[in-house]
Amino acid sequence: MAGLELLSDQGYRLDGRKATELRKVQARMGVFAQADGSAYLEQGNTKALAVVYGPHEMRGSRGRTLHDRALINCQYSMATFSTAERKRRPHGDRKSTEMSLHLKQTFEAAVMTQLYPRSQIDIYVKILQSDGGNYSTCVNAATLAVIDAGIPMRDYVCACTVGFVDETPLADLCYAEESGGVSSLALALLPRGGQIALLQMDARLHQDHLETLIEAAMTACKGVSKVLDEVVRQHLQEGSVLTGE
Amino acid sequence: MLKSKTFVKKTRSGGVMKIVREHYLRDDIWCGSEACTECQQESTVLQKDACIESNLCSYPHYLIPDTNVVLHQIDVLEDPVIRNVIILQTVLQEVRHRSAPIYKRLKDIIHEKEKHFYTFTSEHHRETFIEREPGESANDRNDRAIRVAAKWYSEHLKPLEAETDGLKVVLLTNDQGNKQKAEESGLLVYKFEEYIKGLIANSELVDRLALSNDDKNEVTSSKVLFPEHLPLSRIQAGIKSGSFVQGTFRASRDNYLEATVFVQGEGEDSTEILIQGLQNLNRAVHQDVVAVQLLPRNQWVAPSSVVLQDEGTAKDDDVEEEEEEKALRISAAEAARKTTGKVVGIIKRNWRPFCGMLNVSQIKESTRHLFTPADRRIPRIRIETRQSSTLAGQRIIVAIDGWPKDSRYPNGHFVRSLGGAGEKDTEQEVLLLEHDVPHQAFSQAVLSFLPKMPWAITPEDMVKREDLRQLTVCSVDPPGCTDIDDALHCRELENGNLEVGVHIADVSHFIRPGNALDKEAANRGTTVYLCGKRIDMVPELLSSNLCSLRSNVERLAFSCIWEMNHKAEILKTRFTKSVINSKASLTYAEAQMRIDDTSKSDDITKSLRGLNKLAKILKRQRIEKGALTLSSLEVRFHIDSETHDPIDLQTKELMETNSMVEEFMLLANISVAQKIYDEFQECALLRKHPAPPPSNYDILLKAAKSKDVAIHTDTAKALADSLDVAKVDGFPYFNTLLRILATRCMMQAVYFCSGMDSDFHHYGLASPIYTHFTSPIRRYADIIVHRLLAVAIGADSTYPDLMDKHKQSALCNNLNYRHKMSQYAQRASVAFHTQLFFKSRGILNEEGFVLFVRKNAIIVLIPKFGLEGTVFFDTKDKVSPSVVFDEEGPALTVQQHTFHIFDKVKVTISLDDSNIQHQKIRMALTEPVIPGVSVPVPDAAPQAKKPKLDR
Repeated sequence: MAGLELLSDQGYRLDGRKATELRKVQARMGVFAQADGSAYLEQGNTKALAVVYGPHEMRGSRGRTLHDRALINCQYSMATFSTAERKRRPHGDRKSTEMSLHLKQTFEAAVMTQLYPRSQIDIYVKILQSDGGNYSTCVNAATLAVIDAGIPMRDYVCACTVGFVDETPLADLCYAEESGGVSSLALALLPRGGQIALLQMDARLHQDHLETLIEAAMTACKGVSKVLDEVVRQHLQEGSVLTGE
Repeated sequence: MLKSKTFVKKTRSGGVMKIVREHYLRDDIWCGSEACTECQQESTVLQKDACIESNLCSYPHYLIPDTNVVLHQIDVLEDPVIRNVIILQTVLQEVRHRSAPIYKRLKDIIHEKEKHFYTFTSEHHRETFIEREPGESANDRNDRAIRVAAKWYSEHLKPLEAETDGLKVVLLTNDQGNKQKAEESGLLVYKFEEYIKGLIANSELVDRLALSNDDKNEVTSSKVLFPEHLPLSRIQAGIKSGSFVQGTFRASRDNYLEATVFVQGEGEDSTEILIQGLQNLNRAVHQDVVAVQLLPRNQWVAPSSVVLQDEGTAKDDDVEEEEEEKALRISAAEAARKTTGKVVGIIKRNWRPFCGMLNVSQIKESTRHLFTPADRRIPRIRIETRQSSTLAGQRIIVAIDGWPKDSRYPNGHFVRSLGGAGEKDTEQEVLLLEHDVPHQAFSQAVLSFLPKMPWAITPEDMVKREDLRQLTVCSVDPPGCTDIDDALHCRELENGNLEVGVHIADVSHFIRPGNALDKEAANRGTTVYLCGKRIDMVPELLSSNLCSLRSNVERLAFSCIWEMNHKAEILKTRFTKSVINSKASLTYAEAQMRIDDTSKSDDITKSLRGLNKLAKILKRQRIEKGALTLSSLEVRFHIDSETHDPIDLQTKELMETNSMVEEFMLLANISVAQKIYDEFQECALLRKHPAPPPSNYDILLKAAKSKDVAIHTDTAKALADSLDVAKVDGFPYFNTLLRILATRCMMQAVYFCSGMDSDFHHYGLASPIYTHFTSPIRRYADIIVHRLLAVAIGADSTYPDLMDKHKQSALCNNLNYRHKMSQYAQRASVAFHTQLFFKSRGILNEEGFVLFVRKNAIIVLIPKFGLEGTVFFDTKDKVSPSVVFDEEGPALTVQQHTFHIFDKVKVTISLDDSNIQHQKIRMALTEPVIPGVSVPVPDAAPQAKKPKLDR
């Protein structure tokens, strides 16, 4: 059988989206009361839960304390039931360690850590269902959780993956597209200033195409940021109605 | 922006994996009709005035074919008459799953603007998407989806009826159940046959209809002729357990009841299995991939040496056949038995449209006729046509539709006619098709990548280029050449050394990797030169204009520049992209005249003389290293400018300047090969020429021995030297004949990717490394080499496929195949023109030499025409003379006369057109005179005839 046709001549993708369209993003903030901040975010069929504790005193080894800013501690994990095949996913395997590290770098660039010296912020993210774009969904969920915790950030961090098919960049890849042999790139952006918090790509791509791909990724991230902004405003409104202001 | 409206989960189970995918439904998918005012579409495909002359539908209408109609009737859909068709995404996807070649053809039609085919993305449209119901099969769901979409269209167009003369949609299906359901829901629906027959002026289209399976009027009796093919699952199980083997079916050219199956083994051990008899062949057609079951050892047979052709009228009773099969069995000698098997199933059909001619049925009114393909390995095909009287005597194309087990012949349908048999254009088309040479006009998609005219060199082009416009560059080519891909220059430097430059057309500047133009060129692989016609690899704008290094225009080039001393030793090599302005395009003869004319001393002539001097040294050096100078007779036709008939034949003659150009091309190729290999160890595209195995030389050694000449074949050098000294007194042509024989012993040179092979040696040129760099206009390999070299010198960027050795290797395979096929096509073209030539000449008397001696024939070469022919000594109707064959000699004694290789004989040459499909040149012996074998010298002496023709 022939492989999947990722982009039809009419310009539609496998699931009926056009090249630049994102999947449906739905999110809720403040899903857990006990944590300082939490959020649940769906990006199509990829679903992630993010929980934030802190800023609080350093726990565990005090040696890691930073004197001028807060330490960000990230932990990424995938639920055993998150993929089609049920699989035990122990903590600390190579893939999730790498993902944790990427999240940490992303949020170090966005959170104003210098306001909380000698303290620690914990971000825990769990993928409940995986359908491509795990990293970007985690970043977007964590952003909402950090905002929910009231930790000051320079800007929202929005992330999105883009792939390159038939000379066209495809935004927000789903699993079928990711596994279809597409060179994909993940990008985390601070949309207002246009600063890139993280850019990651491990496929081969011709240098000439990189620029268009980054361009497309930035546009997609800005799209995500609009949605997130909406969610935050909605949440605040609900909150203010409840407190009766 | 998120545009999804509704959001449905689509679950698809395949194996044990459960796959969940999102499926977005949209309402911004437009209908594509010109008439529609509701849809906010930017461009429309379907015409408002979609009229086609039909008895069935007198109103304008759009067609919606279902999947099976597309799959089976693509030949009809391709016809220019059929326009304004809506291809539903459901159909397109099903076609894609079921047949890749038809999918490709369908896509090509969709891209063609004049056809007005519109793809409606029905699966993502909010109103036409349907979910599979419980208990419904996938096929039923798709049929329903097609009906729903058709319904949507008819309702969508209904409000417009007033302005469009009642524009409607017509659903075409061959499925009875589907048709009934569609009628119930109030759709206009027809069977495809019904619809096509209803068209006015359609007789040709009706013939193209493929016979579908549910046609009840099968001609053959219900008697089962062939065993049933096994289903694929059982074949696979059988192959796994080792009871069946898989291989490629190769029918025998000489015997239609015999074939071999080639089984690709691990590495070298490939085997062949013999298949004999109609039952065992079991409907396999040449080139199919089949599953074979071996027969028990006591049923093994030997390949027969009988020539059997499936001739005569359609055989409905098989009495005759059994006799023929018996004839086969008898010849099986115990010792010569080979592994024998029978075909149990077909894994993959490799049917293509076949060229051939119609055998008109004897019954006048019959619409069923047999078709005889030009390729003898293909069985005859039964087709249905009402225009047999017009098709008789024409070359036609027929496609096979199927081969039921109760039919002696496969069923097929007429695709198109190529023209009258024996006509030049028709025959040319046939030989292109039969040699699989892509020769259609370039598609719009390909042409869109051509540079816009008027074209000029821009400053951006100049950034990475050296300006060599002031150099005295000139090109030397055969007369009438319009695709000039090389030019040369030579000048003296201040330090007394010589600077020599080879400038090659910079085709890779115009053909960018991966676009349609590039893909087309890669597929074509090479330009094919036939007599009087050229099938270009790249569109003419490039081949004869922008890339061609014509004189006195500025052209982009890729230059290879050496600094040499007067002993032709290379001191420095440099590659650069450049701009040149050729000062003269000369023919070989013109260049030769300039060199010889002592009164001339202009720059061009000086440059030519310098080149010539160096070339002579280079050639000597090369021959000292052991390069072979081989010979083959190449003929050139003088073609009449008006009738395009060949009027004279002439063997090509070689001048000093030919070898001058050749020397520098070789030098450039070798220099470039070295450079790209140094730079890209893994993925350089090179060309090698393997040394032939010693057994190949047997014929040459025997032949030389018969004249007491010793030939050494240990190394290329030894061979070259011994060929040089091989001479026989009073027989000046001997050396050439010997070289011709030596050429036949050689292996084929091939392209390969350096990462996939370790042996790079080029035997014929005695060079450790070689590639093709100098003809990018006519060979695709050169374009790849240009790209590699451009990357190596930093003039261009690379791309992934260039660095992928597996992709390179696949490309090499295609190029090798195309080169081989183009050579065959060229030879076939020469043969055809030779036939034309002899047709106009009548019977000729010529002198020739015996080139080979066979068991029952001698092969004679006529040097004057470069023509080879066979003189047979046993004919069917006459009593065969006593023939004794001596294998050691090799010699053949007929009656009292003994023929040896190289003997001089006289023969008459005439055209044998008793079989119009396979015309051939017939030779008959006139001297030496052997009673009962030789023929008298014909009366109509050609001398008398010749002056008349020349006038």
